[in-house]
Amino acid sequence: MSTSLESYLLHLADNALLLGHRNSEWCGHGPVLEQDIALTNIALDLLGQARYFYQYAAELHGEKFTEDSFAYLRDANEFKNCLICELPNGHWGITVMRQFICSALQFHLYSKLQYSADERIAGIAEKALKETTYHLKWSRQWMIRLGDGTVESRERMIEAWGELKDYVNEFFEPAPYESELIITGVAVNPAEIQATFNDLMKEVFVEATIPFEFPDWTQKGGKAGLHTEHLGYILAEMQFLQRAYPGQSW
Amino acid sequence: MTEPDINIQNIYSILEEVKDPEVPVLSVNDLGIIRKVEMIFDDNGKTRFEIIITPTYSGCPAMDAISTNIRMALFAHGITNFSIKQVLSPAWTTAWMSETGKQKLVNYGIAAPNALHEKFSDKIMDDKGPAACPLCSSTNTSVISEFGSTACKALYKCNDCLEPFDYFKCH
Repeated sequence: MSTSLESYLLHLADNALLLGHRNSEWCGHGPVLEQDIALTNIALDLLGQARYFYQYAAELHGEKFTEDSFAYLRDANEFKNCLICELPNGHWGITVMRQFICSALQFHLYSKLQYSADERIAGIAEKALKETTYHLKWSRQWMIRLGDGTVESRERMIEAWGELKDYVNEFFEPAPYESELIITGVAVNPAEIQATFNDLMKEVFVEATIPFEFPDWTQKGGKAGLHTEHLGYILAEMQFLQRAYPGQSW
Repeated sequence: MTEPDINIQNIYSILEEVKDPEVPVLSVNDLGIIRKVEMIFDDNGKTRFEIIITPTYSGCPAMDAISTNIRMALFAHGITNFSIKQVLSPAWTTAWMSETGKQKLVNYGIAAPNALHEKFSDKIMDDKGPAACPLCSSTNTSVISEFGSTACKALYKCNDCLEPFDYFKCH
């Protein structure tokens, strides 16, 4: 049986896992070695954060569940990540902008979640905030470098915003399990961080000279398990080994 | 076989032998990841040690190795009555790194976390960098990449001696 707390933990973990997995796809393909390493380091932090949330969820779940059960043995409709995390990497500009948007969301989320009524969640958020701040700094610099860069890099950043803008606001609409936990002070009300998030977005987009309008519509469904077709392909690759050889380990 | 007569100080001394696998000049004590060693008396009057550690970075693969190495080091000294517990809060900071640890880092060729920036700030504009080049001590340095060979390091170069070097990020 799945409780609100478990669903919320999986939502937080799935966001980090999927984004981390997408970033890890750049391993060996980055535009320069330093940035290849940057993205894989960010991926590592995200994977670590996902593990903390999965471990907590597994302890609550019992029945011999482990962090791996959640990552490897759930089907797409059981994942609760926001859709933006599972979108394909596209070109470097799209990857950078997606990371910036997600880091900005996580930054504002963890800033409040570190005061969660649930001590364990608060501890994870406090730890994750430090890493997220660093990710945000890195991606912000790249937003400006590419947006205020060459004619081509700017065009690609404008294109990136066109690809991503319809996936931003899903984050701010609480799922039923979030609403339930907001009342008890365990979860952060995502709607409450929208204004400060928007301020940061606007500031960085202006500096990056990328035309920006607040999106008034959003794709959604991820929090409830309704995903894009891309998630299935990720899981096919990520879960293959455990599906083909159940229980296999190093 | 009876447990050897040991105290908390003995445990700390043994932990000094356990090095960070990525930066082998630093012991786990130097790194500041040992938060506490406690002696616990159980109902049968037996003692047990609890070693409380905290991770540096969430995904740092060295943490599992470090945990195993702590276990092996204590076993090697005949100590089996212990457990290792991981805590996340308060979150690890480079401010917990010992002064000798920082000196060892510099001698090893890695710039130590800059004490000027050790207070954690969530201001994303803050520019954090090394105090000096570990090779020639020049303060005229610039960043090559915010991310380096491991989760805890960034890549810098010295504008005077022109050497690139690792910087143990302030965290």
